Amino acid sequence: MTVLSSNLKLENRNSGDSVRSIPADTPGKWDPANCVAQVVRDIPPSGIRKFFDLVSQTKGVISLGVGEPDFVTPWHVREASVYYLEKGHTSYTSNWGMLELREEIVRYLYRRFGLNYQPNNQILVTVGVSEAVDLALRTVLCHGDEVLIPEPCFVSYRPCVKLAGGIPVGVPTKAEDEFRLTAEALQAALTPRSKVLILAFPSNPTGAVMRREHLEAIAEVVRKHNLLVISDEIYAELTYEGKHVSIASLEGMADRVIVMNGFSKAFAMTGWRLGYAAGPAPIIEAMCKIHQYTIMCAPTQAQRAGIEALRNGEPEMQRMIRSYDHRRRMMYRGLQNLGLECFEPQGAFYVFPSIKKTGLSSEEFSERLLMEEKVAVVPGNAFGQCGEGYIRCCYAASARDIEQALQRIDRFINRL
Amino acid sequence: MREILELLEEDGRMRPEEIAVRLGRDVDWVISTLRQLEEEKVILGYKALVNWDRIGGNGVTAIIDVKVTPEREVGFDKVAERIYRFPQVRSVYLMSGTYDLSVVIEGKTMKEVAFFVAEKLATLEFVQGTTTHFVLKKYKQDGVVFEESEKDFRLVVTP
Repeated sequence: MTVLSSNLKLENRNSGDSVRSIPADTPGKWDPANCVAQVVRDIPPSGIRKFFDLVSQTKGVISLGVGEPDFVTPWHVREASVYYLEKGHTSYTSNWGMLELREEIVRYLYRRFGLNYQPNNQILVTVGVSEAVDLALRTVLCHGDEVLIPEPCFVSYRPCVKLAGGIPVGVPTKAEDEFRLTAEALQAALTPRSKVLILAFPSNPTGAVMRREHLEAIAEVVRKHNLLVISDEIYAELTYEGKHVSIASLEGMADRVIVMNGFSKAFAMTGWRLGYAAGPAPIIEAMCKIHQYTIMCAPTQAQRAGIEALRNGEPEMQRMIRSYDHRRRMMYRGLQNLGLECFEPQGAFYVFPSIKKTGLSSEEFSERLLMEEKVAVVPGNAFGQCGEGYIRCCYAASARDIEQALQRIDRFINRL
Repeated sequence: MREILELLEEDGRMRPEEIAVRLGRDVDWVISTLRQLEEEKVILGYKALVNWDRIGGNGVTAIIDVKVTPEREVGFDKVAERIYRFPQVRSVYLMSGTYDLSVVIEGKTMKEVAFFVAEKLATLEFVQGTTTHFVLKKYKQDGVVFEESEKDFRLVVTP
């Protein structure tokens, strides 16, 4: 007691206050739950989380529910990271990320997608694309700004927009358009408060890609309405039958687009948490301001690995992509043979078949498939309301598992 | 064609139907290409990769460095032929460096291999000298790690 009061006095002296006022009435009962801000309470828990718990409790499951490569990071990349760890490279790096890495990123973006950036103020190395998306939204959104989000899409865009004070506006994409965003759909969702378009192609969960001609149409709307594009291109390299085109590479677009990419998918480096944003200097500089106060810098070991991946990782990357492509055909053909309607996905490592003809909802289908046949897929509605009636099947699984899973799904459907 | 070979190198038992699906080609094309590859001796065989140690072993393997005097006009090829004709010889490679031929020999016992080297190999008139290395343990062969494979550490469901 005496200790406490002398501490209080000390504090008072230091802070310059005369006497600290202690409220006469004690406040209501302490409940930590009340501390959680309303905006966070309003965010629904991820639909995937619930399903994850269910799958984890089941034994002998073949999972088509993962969202990452089935390859381990190539050895030369792991080895490079270990080498620098042994040499003691364990300190912080520049907030922007190591210059050496940023220079490699600049070369890579030019080599692969024809993009032109300066390493000193147009590239920010982040903790995965996830951080980059969050940073970008916080950097550009003012309260009430609307963000257009083509759906079905990756699960984090909506919550990140809300946390940044913006309003997410879903733009449904349709199976008949092969889940591409169309200029008409975009146009229809525009309001005077529309500020940002999040473009994420190749798409998780649909496997849809936007070819040059599709992007041209979107770019026209973007220019006309002065939208800023956040282009999440994490699956860019996983484009089959053709090459990925970045919307930033189109005429007059570089200044209107923040390109986000990283190492997780193409280089099989999900757990390293390494990504980057590239874009107009004023925006990237502003993003770096938040990044430096919240994150400091991306992990040094991951950055070392990233340099090695960009310098020497392309042959291995191409090998992995060929392997996904083989399994893409297997999965697509397999699902077609089962009589499930789906379009041929040309990107990422997902197939997004319709299960509407079974009469079950996405969640019912996924839960029963898991319980009855021990195959895990992700219900389409986890990626937005318009994903209802679909399931996401990931083909980053061994060929044997894919075959087995298809047989089990076949048995399941025929029993319905 | 290259892609067929890559697939088969990984799994020699892959059926033409499976190859066709993976490459997005029709089965007839795969079958005729395979036939052609076999005829042209691009594909020389389909074999199981066996880890004999798992069932108590199957003899010993030795790698022999062989220094030879190349024969006039035919060079190393004729010499190599004289060596690879022995059924005990599993592989023969012409090497750069301090010796010329690398010969892989399999036998039931170390003694059997040693005698083969002493009596058959070292006595050939063009062989100047041999150095025998016995294989003590196989860790990896033809791209396959023998003992443990990497585990799948991924979570079962992720966004």
